[in-house]
Amino acid sequence: MVSAQLSSLKDIRLREYCVRFLFGGLCTVAAGLIAERFGPAVGGLFLAFPAIFPAGASLLETHEKRKMAKAGLDGTNQGRAAASVDSAGASIGCIGLVEFAVILWRTLPGHNAPIVIALATAAWLILSVVVWYTRKSRWFRWRKTAE
Amino acid sequence: MTEIVARFLIGGIVVSCFALLGEIFRPKSFAGLFGAAPSIALATFGLTIVKHGHPYAAIEARSMVFGAIAFFVYACASSFILMRYKPSALATTTALMPVWFGVSFGLLYLIP
Repeated sequence: MVSAQLSSLKDIRLREYCVRFLFGGLCTVAAGLIAERFGPAVGGLFLAFPAIFPAGASLLETHEKRKMAKAGLDGTNQGRAAASVDSAGASIGCIGLVEFAVILWRTLPGHNAPIVIALATAAWLILSVVVWYTRKSRWFRWRKTAE
Repeated sequence: MTEIVARFLIGGIVVSCFALLGEIFRPKSFAGLFGAAPSIALATFGLTIVKHGHPYAAIEARSMVFGAIAFFVYACASSFILMRYKPSALATTTALMPVWFGVSFGLLYLIP
């Protein structure tokens, strides 16, 4: 079951917020500069660059380690497994990201840009969530069969 | 210079917002969806359309399809290696960056 835990934001340190902001800002600037220098075809690739992915995975691993350390345990493997699960989720999000890009590519010329961008974003979210739920349900069905 | 500052601020804010969503949601596999959010694209497209127009942005979006496919391959590889061999997350995700570059530029070269 999906849940939202606002309390988990308390575990994030100021430095971690800053790292994400910095990476996000720098990657956005870099994507713009690359497009200016090498053209939109090359620049467009970097709109789907895994900008904060390494930083995010590393922070997640650190959080898990910290949690386990509080319980007096070594959370190294736990942290890396959590990063793996997070990456698996990101791979599902990428399916939505492809759809987002296709919608913009096919419908942007001749249509209202803010509406197209809003629809593409909604499509990204809906497809990602649907694929995630589908994968989950199949996984559980497989586990029940295996048991 | 103003445009670069605007891109930096907008990009930083949008990427941070999606990262926070990824922190809030559980389970982690669901939160991972936000790791592949179109954050840079959302921060960039508005400015690109204003400056260069719709056709230019559409060309970028077409290439973004290749970038997203490359991201998919990269994320799958990261997930597999982290689960199978349990190396450091930062080392793995950084070392696998050439996979993203290879797949994205390879697709752009094959389908120009």
